[in-house]
Amino acid sequence: MLLRHTSAETTVEREALTINPAKTCQPIGAMYAALGVHNCMPHSHGSQGCCSYHRSMLTRHYKEPVMAATSCFTEGASVFGGQANLLEALGNIFTIYNPDVVAVHTTCLSETIGDDLKQMTAKAIESGKVPEGKTVLLANTPSYAGSHVTGFSTMVKGMVDALAVSTEAHKLDVINIIPGYVEPSDMEEIKRLASAAGVKTILFPDTSNVLNGPMTGKFRMYPSGGVTVAELRATGDSRATLALGPAASSAAAKALDIKCHVPCEILELPIGLGATDRFIDSLRRLAGVSVPESINRERGQLLDVMTDMHQYTYGRKVALAGDPDHLVALVDFLVSMDMQPIHIVSGTPGKSAEQRLRPSLDKLGRPVNVKIPGDLFQLHQWIKQEPVDLIIGGTHCKYIARDEDIPLLRFGFPIIDRVGHQYFPTVGYKGGLRLLEKILGLLMDRQDRDAPEERFELVM
Amino acid sequence: MSDNTLDNLLEDRKGQVLETTLDGAPAAIRCETRSAAGSVSQRACVFCGSRVVLYPIADALHLVHGPAGCAAYTWDIRGALSSGPVLHRNSFTTDLRETDVIYGGAAKLERALRELIAVHGPKAAFVYSTCIVGLIGDDVDAVCRRVQDDCGIPVIPVDSEGFKGTKKDGYKAACAAIGKLIGTSGDPAVPPAPARSVSGINILGEFNLAGEAWLIRDCYKRMGVEVVATLTGDARVDTVRRAHTARFNVVQCSGSMLGLAAVMEEKYGQPYRRVSYFGLEDMAQALYDVADLFAGEDPDMPARAAALVAEEMARVMPLLEPFRRDLEGARAAIYVGGAFKAHSLIKALRHLGMRTVVVGSQTGNKEDYERLQQLCDPSTIILDDSNPVELSRFVLEKQADLLIGGVKERPIAYKLGLAFCDHNHERKIPLAGFEGMVNFAREVHGSVTSPVWKFARRRS
Repeated sequence: MLLRHTSAETTVEREALTINPAKTCQPIGAMYAALGVHNCMPHSHGSQGCCSYHRSMLTRHYKEPVMAATSCFTEGASVFGGQANLLEALGNIFTIYNPDVVAVHTTCLSETIGDDLKQMTAKAIESGKVPEGKTVLLANTPSYAGSHVTGFSTMVKGMVDALAVSTEAHKLDVINIIPGYVEPSDMEEIKRLASAAGVKTILFPDTSNVLNGPMTGKFRMYPSGGVTVAELRATGDSRATLALGPAASSAAAKALDIKCHVPCEILELPIGLGATDRFIDSLRRLAGVSVPESINRERGQLLDVMTDMHQYTYGRKVALAGDPDHLVALVDFLVSMDMQPIHIVSGTPGKSAEQRLRPSLDKLGRPVNVKIPGDLFQLHQWIKQEPVDLIIGGTHCKYIARDEDIPLLRFGFPIIDRVGHQYFPTVGYKGGLRLLEKILGLLMDRQDRDAPEERFELVM
Repeated sequence: MSDNTLDNLLEDRKGQVLETTLDGAPAAIRCETRSAAGSVSQRACVFCGSRVVLYPIADALHLVHGPAGCAAYTWDIRGALSSGPVLHRNSFTTDLRETDVIYGGAAKLERALRELIAVHGPKAAFVYSTCIVGLIGDDVDAVCRRVQDDCGIPVIPVDSEGFKGTKKDGYKAACAAIGKLIGTSGDPAVPPAPARSVSGINILGEFNLAGEAWLIRDCYKRMGVEVVATLTGDARVDTVRRAHTARFNVVQCSGSMLGLAAVMEEKYGQPYRRVSYFGLEDMAQALYDVADLFAGEDPDMPARAAALVAEEMARVMPLLEPFRRDLEGARAAIYVGGAFKAHSLIKALRHLGMRTVVVGSQTGNKEDYERLQQLCDPSTIILDDSNPVELSRFVLEKQADLLIGGVKERPIAYKLGLAFCDHNHERKIPLAGFEGMVNFAREVHGSVTSPVWKFARRRS
């Protein structure tokens, strides 16, 4: 009993305290987004430790080298401000590591002392620290507000703010897609679907081939993937923007609408059949194409397995912990398979997530526990009060899974004890099929394990 | 990455890189300097240092006062095993928000502490200050004093604001916190135990990663030496309290606890010895040193130690032989946190017939590097506060077959087609002691001779 300190009763005051958080802080999200820009060095404007923690955590999650620089704050910088550090840092990074882009994000430290990134960057450009033709992206990411999702969203918006321009009188036949806080594999899958439908897209950020690259026998500081500066500029000339996952993607999409008059549609993440239908439909409509047979076939396959196996998903109770965009899409998918997501927490604060969950949850016709912001201690207490058949969440849920002997489907960030998420998507019809296969595998393995001998079945 | 990048980098890093020469006279290396702003350093912060040192005290409450990120990144990542309580494997944080940053977080901290102590009844509580706490000026000391007086357990503030220095300063802050526990009885009415144990020692700087402290304690026990306290591997608040009753201290891990040992020598008259438990010679030496310390009152102890070493060597050497046969002539690169460990590793590798061609550390000092130069063969590259670009260049140039490092180095090695051994937080099997040497050999053998490298010969 690893978490023997958790009891079923709610006795711990929950306002002053978080136990076993279901989130992490903004800067790591900003760093992840920045890694989705080609030839980009993420830069952490704060203490050395922040940068080190973020790189380590991303490395554990992706099993890939993660490059990022830091302003190396000391006591002096925290008293006199971090301008000297940022100037020195930009100078050093461009001369030594020679990226096309440096993506600077703040930390709680530099935010609290009131460092003005915009003004400092202007100063850096003025004093020749930023070579001609190079770009600096900015994101204010105080760790004491929001979560890693907020940091991701802010850095993606920073890409629009710094680079998007409207140069053409008429918009081009290109659709921008902001994929949301999803895995490199998911970004690749979204591109594949768009390309199968014959839609020209600019996807940003794009961490595919950065954090899921092949083994080549070479260490590359800047792997081959990532959206380029030229593409980011061109987003201002696109016909429309499709933003997937409101929490992670709507800020950038709206900024692009205001700055370059590129209209946007904001959808939930295309996880599961219904959400993918809505994504494909929007894509088709915005680009003026028809859905190709190949995509219809993928849809049919997912639906086929959903119908074949629906007796195994019927009425199964699920507890979930994760990011708002993930939860809304997952819950929709689960409910569409007659499963019952009854305990839900997200560490990411914000009122809208619960409202977005409501339409799906209302279909259940039973009370559901939702706490946003909540933590894994809360989730564990609920599970003790009403057990579930399945837990869906990041690796940290494995303590609960072990203590309560409940199968765990790893989903979200971070996953630091398994591989696969880097390479196999969960978005789109194929991704839905993979999710469903995993869910069924976990439930049916458990059924096999727990069956008394006389009821142990060969054919399922 | 272009050669240009490398040349620029090396120009900048001149002084922190050197190559040993034939005549063997040690050259001066620049070290113990702060990393330049904008570097992609592998170093961490003060908080990180404090957290890794204190966290293995298993029945204490460890509350991170700051935004959730600092707690999330350090949640049970170190694999410091406990034979009993597991309170330390939970993650407790005040999860500071924007309003706390504006109005102060002290009230929240106090509520959190009181609630947690009431629920979990820990033996002591450590409160870690993060960057932001140092800035907003919460009077953490006052809160800790008040709660301590009311709740009757030690509530100890740890001055671990990230920006206040390097990881080493974090070790110091942690040692200061431990120092406040040592020699206290736990009950204000009862004076601390004055008695001196006849044959007891404390092991400082041993964190029981993968259960290493258990192996080491077992060896001392066989020699007739009681281990009073291990700081802090598998420690309990009460054993830490009694640490002043031991006769001697042995100190492992170069940076973390030398300071505490010096303080204890002065305050409690406990002489100390610096030891290492990695590799056969160093492990044997660690036993002999302790036996010598007790030889006055127990003249047979050196003989018992010698018998133990002889027995273990006779058992272990034949086990190493098959590994050595395959590894003879292979070349190793080492990049670790403290340089002291590197000394042991070089010697351990020699037992496997391997030569060290690149060696570096994040935080070594002048003496460490001088000793390294004496230990290494001519034309070995020595590095202080290195970075991925430099590391990858030197391991290729020196044709290393193996890299020994931590979480951020692993994927770099694999990308280059190099074998890897984690000698840091993520080691899963004990590498200390005689048994540890066999495990180390097996781990190195498993990676160096793995058939996977045949599919991906590395290119320089």
